[in-house]
Amino acid sequence: MLGYALRRVLSAIPIALIAVTVCFFILRLAPGGPFDGERALPPTVLANLRAHYNLDQPLINQYFIYLWRLLHGDLGPSMVIDGFNVSQLIRIGFPFTLTVALTAFVIATAIGVVAGMIAAVNQNKWPDYVLVLVVMLGVVVPNFLMAAILQLWFGVYLGWLPAGGWVNGSILHLVLPVTVLAWPHAARISRLMRGSMIEVLGTNYVRTAKSKGLGQRLVLARHAIKPALLPVVSYLGPGLSYLLTGSLAVEQIFGLPGIGKYFVTAALNRDYGIVLGTTILYMFIILALNLLVDLLYAWLDPKVRYR
Amino acid sequence: MKLHKTLTAVAAAGAVALMMSTAASAVTLQMHNGGDPGSLDPHKVSGDWENRVVGDYIEGLVTEDTKADAIPGQAESWDISEDGTVYTFHLREGIKWTDGEPVTAEDFVFAFQRLMNPATASEYAYLQYPIKNAEAINSGEITDFSQLGVKALDDKTVEITLEAATPYFLQALTHYTAYPVPKHLVDEFGDAWTDIEHIVANGPFKITEWLPGSYVHSVKNEDYYDAANVKIDEVYYHVLEDQAAALNRYRAGEFDILTDLPSDQYQWIQDNLPGQAHVEPFLGIYYYVLNQEKPPLNDPSIREALSISVLRDVIGPDILGTGELPAYGWVPEGTANYEGDVYMPEWATQPYEERVAKAKELLAAAGYTPENPLTLQLRYNTNDNHQRIAVAIAAMWEPIGVKVELFNAETAVHYDALRAGDFQVGRAGWLLDYSDAANTLDLLKTGTQQGDTMNWGNNYGRYSNPDFDKLMTDAAVELDLAKRAELLHQAETLAMDQFAAIPIYWYVSKNVVSPKITGFEDNAKDIHRTRWLTKAE
Repeated sequence: MLGYALRRVLSAIPIALIAVTVCFFILRLAPGGPFDGERALPPTVLANLRAHYNLDQPLINQYFIYLWRLLHGDLGPSMVIDGFNVSQLIRIGFPFTLTVALTAFVIATAIGVVAGMIAAVNQNKWPDYVLVLVVMLGVVVPNFLMAAILQLWFGVYLGWLPAGGWVNGSILHLVLPVTVLAWPHAARISRLMRGSMIEVLGTNYVRTAKSKGLGQRLVLARHAIKPALLPVVSYLGPGLSYLLTGSLAVEQIFGLPGIGKYFVTAALNRDYGIVLGTTILYMFIILALNLLVDLLYAWLDPKVRYR
Repeated sequence: MKLHKTLTAVAAAGAVALMMSTAASAVTLQMHNGGDPGSLDPHKVSGDWENRVVGDYIEGLVTEDTKADAIPGQAESWDISEDGTVYTFHLREGIKWTDGEPVTAEDFVFAFQRLMNPATASEYAYLQYPIKNAEAINSGEITDFSQLGVKALDDKTVEITLEAATPYFLQALTHYTAYPVPKHLVDEFGDAWTDIEHIVANGPFKITEWLPGSYVHSVKNEDYYDAANVKIDEVYYHVLEDQAAALNRYRAGEFDILTDLPSDQYQWIQDNLPGQAHVEPFLGIYYYVLNQEKPPLNDPSIREALSISVLRDVIGPDILGTGELPAYGWVPEGTANYEGDVYMPEWATQPYEERVAKAKELLAAAGYTPENPLTLQLRYNTNDNHQRIAVAIAAMWEPIGVKVELFNAETAVHYDALRAGDFQVGRAGWLLDYSDAANTLDLLKTGTQQGDTMNWGNNYGRYSNPDFDKLMTDAAVELDLAKRAELLHQAETLAMDQFAAIPIYWYVSKNVVSPKITGFEDNAKDIHRTRWLTKAE
C-alpha cells in the first residue's frame, strides 16, 4: 500500500508538468492581454509594463522563467493586483476558502449520509418524499440564486444573520455561505446513499443477517453502512474539490475574501500569474484528494487490492 | 424542535452582535466600493474605486471640496504668473506623514518625477503632461528627471512650470496622479512602501488593513490639519461587485453608501427607499465607434444613416431604466471652460419617421436596401446593459437595410480587437479625467506615427481629419479661454457633422445614500471625500 501511494505521488509529477504547460500556453493563445483595458496605455508605459513582467520576451523563455520560479516555490506577480503577489494572495485567501469548503463538506456529508439512510429505510414513505423535495431544491436552484434568496430572507427580511461580509472570527458570517455551499453537496450525497443503501438492503448477506434475528439497527450498523458508503466515498474527492472551486458565486455574493473569485475574474482579466497560480493549487488539491479516496477505498472494500 | 432551538439561539446571538456594534461609540462609515483595489500607490491606480480609498489617505497640493472643485489641500495658497505658466504653491505649516516625518516640497518634486519616470509605468501619467517636459520624460526622450518643471524652492514652496497656460491645471492637480509620496519611504522600500506595515498617510484617514476580496479599513488621522472637522472615525471600503448583493446588504443596514446600483432595481429603490438613490449627470459618454479605415464605414453617408436611425430617447428611460439623457454631440453638458451652445444637430429634433426615411435613402444611394442589406458586425464587451442596447440598436437598423451580427467578448478581448482595428462597429465609453472639452475631443485626433506603425491611442474608429487636428492644435496653445472654447466648439461640430462616431447617451453616476449620511453632495465628477461626510446613529 505504501509502495502504491509512493508510485501514485511520483506519477503525479508528469501530470502536474503537463497541466502547467498546457495551461500556460492556452492562456497565452487567448486573445487580449492583461493590459488591454478600456483605455489605451501610452506605448512607453505599455512597453515598460511588459518588460516588468517579462512579457516582451519570447514565449518559450517566459515559460522557462515561470517553471524556474515555480520550482523555487514562487508563483510570480499578479499583473492586475499590484499590491500583492500571487503567493501572498493565495496565502491570504485560501484559508477562507478552505474553512468555508471544509465546514460545508463535513456538515453536508454527515447530513447527506444520514438523510440517505433514513430515506432508504423508509423507501416510498413520507420521509422519503420530504427528502426528495429538499434534495431537488438543493440541486435545481443554482447557488447564486440560493445565495441571493437566503441573503434576502435571513439578512434583510428577518434580520437574523449578517447579509454578507467578513468579520474576523465571526461564526455568524459563515452560516449563510456554508448553507449555500453545503446544500447541493448534501443533496447529491443523500441521493447516492439512498440508492446504494436500497441496493445493499436487498443483498443476500443482509437478508441472511436479518433472518438470523438481528435487529434493524444492528443490521444497518454492522452489515449495511460500510458497503453502502462505497459510492459516496468515491464521490467525496470530486465533491470536495467541487466545493473548493465552486465557492466563486458564494464568495462574490457574500463578499468573502477567499480565492474562488480569482479563478474566474483573473482569467477574464488575462492575469496570467493568478490564473496559473490558482490552477496549480487546485490541481494539487485534486490530485491529493483522488489519491486519498483511492486509499480509503481499500479500507472499505475488501475486493479492492493495490499493486 | 431542536432546529427551532438552534435558530432561536442563532437569532439571539445575532441580536447581541447587533447591539454590541451599535453600542460602540466610534462612527464607522460602511462604504460599498465595488472592485478590489489593484494597489494603494497613487501612481499605480486607475479606477474610481481606488480613487475613493487613495484620495482619503493622501492629499495633494489642492484637494476636492464637497462639489469636487479644487480647494487648498496641503498647499494653503498659491500664486499664478501673469502668463499662466508658473504656479507657486505654499505648503501649510505643520503638515506631516503619519510616521512623524514632515511633508516637504521635496516629496512633491520626487512624486512628480516618479510619476513621469517611464519605469513606474503609471497609466494616467499623461494627465500631468501640461507640466514642462513631462511628456518628454514619460516617453523616454529626456532621461534627466531634474528637467521636469516641478521644483522645490525651499522646504515649503513648490514651483510648477507648465509647457503652456492650461486653464484646467488646478483641476488636474486634484487628481491622484498629482499626490505626493513619502520620499523617505520610497527610498527605503521602493514600491513596497504601500505594504500595510510601511504605509503612511498625510490625508484625513490612514489605512490600517487590507483584506483583498473583502475590504480596506482606514481610521481617522488625528494629525491631519483639519482633523477637528472630520466626523467619521473609521471607514470600511467594501469589495463587492455583485450589485444585487450590495443592495441586499444596504437594505440589511450593513452599508451606508452604495456606489453603484442595479439598474433594474432603480424603480424599486425609488418606490421603497424614496430619496436615497442619487442618479445624476456624470461627465462621460457612451458611444459606438465606426471603423473608418475600411469600407463601407469610410463613407460618411452610411455613417450618417446609422447615426440618425438610432432612437436615443428610449435608451435611458426604457432600456436602461435609469433615465440617461440622449447624446448627440461629443462634449457633455456642464464641462468646464466650454462656454457656448451644446452641439445639437438639426436631425435630432426631426420626427423619427423622417429620420428613418432619410437613412433609407442614404443607404439606397449606396446600394443597400432591406432586400440587399448591408451586413455589419457589432462588437461589445460582455455585459447585460451593453447587450440590451446592442439588440435595440440592431432592431433600429434593420428597417433601414442593415443586418447586424452581434458579437460579444470579455473586456480584454474586446478592447484588444478595437485597438487592432479588427471590428466594424464597436461599443466604447469615456469618462472624463478632468472637466475640460479637450479631454473628450482628443479621442478623435489622428494617431501619431511611431516608427513604422501608427499609434491611434483611444481613437478606435481611426477618424482622421487634418482640419480637426489643426483646430485641436490651435486650441491647445490658445491662452484666451473664450477663443479656445470657440475653437473646440468648431472641432466638435466638424467631427460630429461628419459622423466621426455615434454618441448614444451621457453617463450618469448612481449612488444610494442612507438617510443617516449627511454631506453627500451630488456632483458631475462623482467624487465624495469621506472627510465631508457625517453619519448619525
